[in-house]
Amino acid sequence: MTRAAPPPSQGRLAWLRRALAAVGLSGRGLVIAAPAAWLTLFFLVPLGVVFGISLATKEFGQPPYSDLLTTEDGTVQLTLHLSNYIRIFTDPSNIYINAFLSSIRIAAVSTVFAILIGYPMAYAIARAPDRWRNILLMLVILPFWTSFLLRVYALSGFLRGEGVINNTLAVFGLGPFTMMQTDFAVYVGIVYSYLPFFILPLYTNLVKLDPSLLEASADLGARPIRTFFSITLPLSMPGVIAGSMLVFIPAIGEFVIPSLLGGPGTQMIGRILWDEFFSKTNWPRAAALAISMLVIVVIPIMLMQRAQNAVVEGRR
Amino acid sequence: MGRNRWFLPLAASVGFLFLYAPILSLVIFSFNANRLVTVWSGFSTQAYADLWADPQLLPATWLSLQIAAVSATIALVLGTLCAVALVRFRRFRGKTVLQATVSAPLVMPDVITGIALLLLFVTMQSLIGWPQGRGVLTIILAHSTFCTAYVTVVVQSRLADFDMSLEEAAMDLGASPVRVFFDITLPIIAPALVSGWLLAFTLSLDDLVIASFVSGPGSSTLPMIIFSKVRLGVAPEVNALATIIIGVVASGVVLATIYGLRQSAREKQA
Repeated sequence: MTRAAPPPSQGRLAWLRRALAAVGLSGRGLVIAAPAAWLTLFFLVPLGVVFGISLATKEFGQPPYSDLLTTEDGTVQLTLHLSNYIRIFTDPSNIYINAFLSSIRIAAVSTVFAILIGYPMAYAIARAPDRWRNILLMLVILPFWTSFLLRVYALSGFLRGEGVINNTLAVFGLGPFTMMQTDFAVYVGIVYSYLPFFILPLYTNLVKLDPSLLEASADLGARPIRTFFSITLPLSMPGVIAGSMLVFIPAIGEFVIPSLLGGPGTQMIGRILWDEFFSKTNWPRAAALAISMLVIVVIPIMLMQRAQNAVVEGRR
Repeated sequence: MGRNRWFLPLAASVGFLFLYAPILSLVIFSFNANRLVTVWSGFSTQAYADLWADPQLLPATWLSLQIAAVSATIALVLGTLCAVALVRFRRFRGKTVLQATVSAPLVMPDVITGIALLLLFVTMQSLIGWPQGRGVLTIILAHSTFCTAYVTVVVQSRLADFDMSLEEAAMDLGASPVRVFFDITLPIIAPALVSGWLLAFTLSLDDLVIASFVSGPGSSTLPMIIFSKVRLGVAPEVNALATIIIGVVASGVVLATIYGLRQSAREKQA
C-alpha cells in the first residue's frame, strides 16, 4: 500500500508558503535569508563602516569625526584621509607599532606557557581511568562557565602585593614579590583564562590515540620518554595546534587582562584602541587601529587556520 | 618506569590547583571581616550586606540577566536556522560566504566587534534615525550577533552527527519539510539547542568590551559595573556577588554532569 503525499498546496501552512512565494521566497530561502541578512547587517556592514570612518579625521562634534561626503555648491565631494594609517606606522613614539609587537609577543609567550601546563593535564585526563575522566573534564570546563572577568579579578587578589601568594610566602620569611602590574601577571592571566580552551581540543585528540602504538613502541624496547617524543607528541600535533590557536588568537586582542593585571608599560593593542576611543575620543584613529589589527593579525591567522584544517582534512 | 607514575598525577594536580586556588580564595575571603579582603580577620557576612545595599550591582545583575536571556533566544533561532542551512541544504549560492561569515565572530577580537557595531549604530542613527541612541536595544543586537556564531557551531556539530535517514523516512511518508523539522529534527537536536542557549546566555552575561562600546547612559551591564569597581582595587561586595555566581554555576554544571553520566550509563545498559 502506498500513501500519496498531500499536494503541496493543501497543508496547514499553505497560506504561509503562498505568501512567501508572492514575494519571491521559498521556505528554504527564508531559512537561509534570515541569518544571512542579520549577519550582513550586523557583522559585514559594520566592518565596512569602520573602514569608512578610519578615513575620516577627528572633529569636535556629535559624532566626533569629519564627514566623508560633503556637498558644496551642489557638487558632492568625497574627502578621504590616510593620515590615521600613516600615523599608526610613523608615530614618533612608535606607540602603535610597539603595541602590535608586544601583543604578539605576550600572546606567544602565554601560548608556550599554556602548552607546558596544559599538555600534561590533557594527557593525564586522557590516560585517567574511565570513572575519573568525566569528573576531571568537568573540572576543566567548570571555570569556563563562570565569569571571565571575575576570574581575572580573583587572580589579581592572588598576585597583588598583600595578596595570597605574598602572604603565604611571608610565613616562610620570603618576599614580598611584585607580581601585579607586570608582564608576568599578564602571562599568568592569559594562561589562567584560556587554559580550558587549550586542554579540550588536545584531550579530544589524545583520547583517540591508539594505545597499541604505545605498546608496540615499548615492546620494541623504546623508553617511555622516547615513545612520547617519537609517537605521542607527533600524533597529537593537530590537537596542540588547535588548542594553541584558541589561546593565541583571543590573547592578541585582549583588553581585560592587561588592564586589570598589567602595568602602565603593558601596552597591548586592544588596550591602546580602547584608550584611543574612550579617553582620547579619537574615533577615526581607533577605527584605523581596528582595521590594521584585522589586516595584520586576524586575517593572516584565519588563513593560516584554514590551511591547517585543509592539511588535517587531507591526512584523514 | 617509576617516574611516569607520579609525574602525570603531580602535573595534573598542580594544573588544577592553579585553576582553582584563586577562585577558592575569592570565595573564602568573601566571608572575611576585614575590608582589606586578603588579610583574614574573622568570619563575617558583611560583604553580603554591602552587596544587598549596593545601589548599582543588583540592578545591573537584573539588567544583564534580561539582556542575556533575550540575546540568547534570538541567537538560538538565528543560529539554528544557519546550522540547518549549512548542514542540510546541499548547495546554494553564498554557502561558503555564509559559513565564513558565521564563524568569523569566533576569532574576531572583542574590541573590533565593539567599535564596528558602535560606528554602525551611530551611522544608522544619522541616516535612518534608528536605533534611537544607544542602550539596552543596541546591546541586545550586538550580543545576539556574536552569540549566533557560537550557537551555529554547537548545533552544526550535532546536526552533522545524526542520521539523516530518519528525516528522509518522514519525508517519504509525506511529511512537509516544516513538519519534519518540528517532529523529527528538533527533538533530536534538543540537547544541542539547550547547550547552545546556555553558552550564548553565559557569553552575553560575561561580555564587558562589546557592551562598553554599544551601551548608553543608564544601561550599564553587570560586567561594566564590576570592572569600574575592581579597576581601583579590591571590592568586598564584588567578592560576595562572585561567590553567589560561582555557587549557582558550579551546582548547575555538577548536576548537568551527573545527569549526563546517568544518561550514558542507562544507554550502555539498554
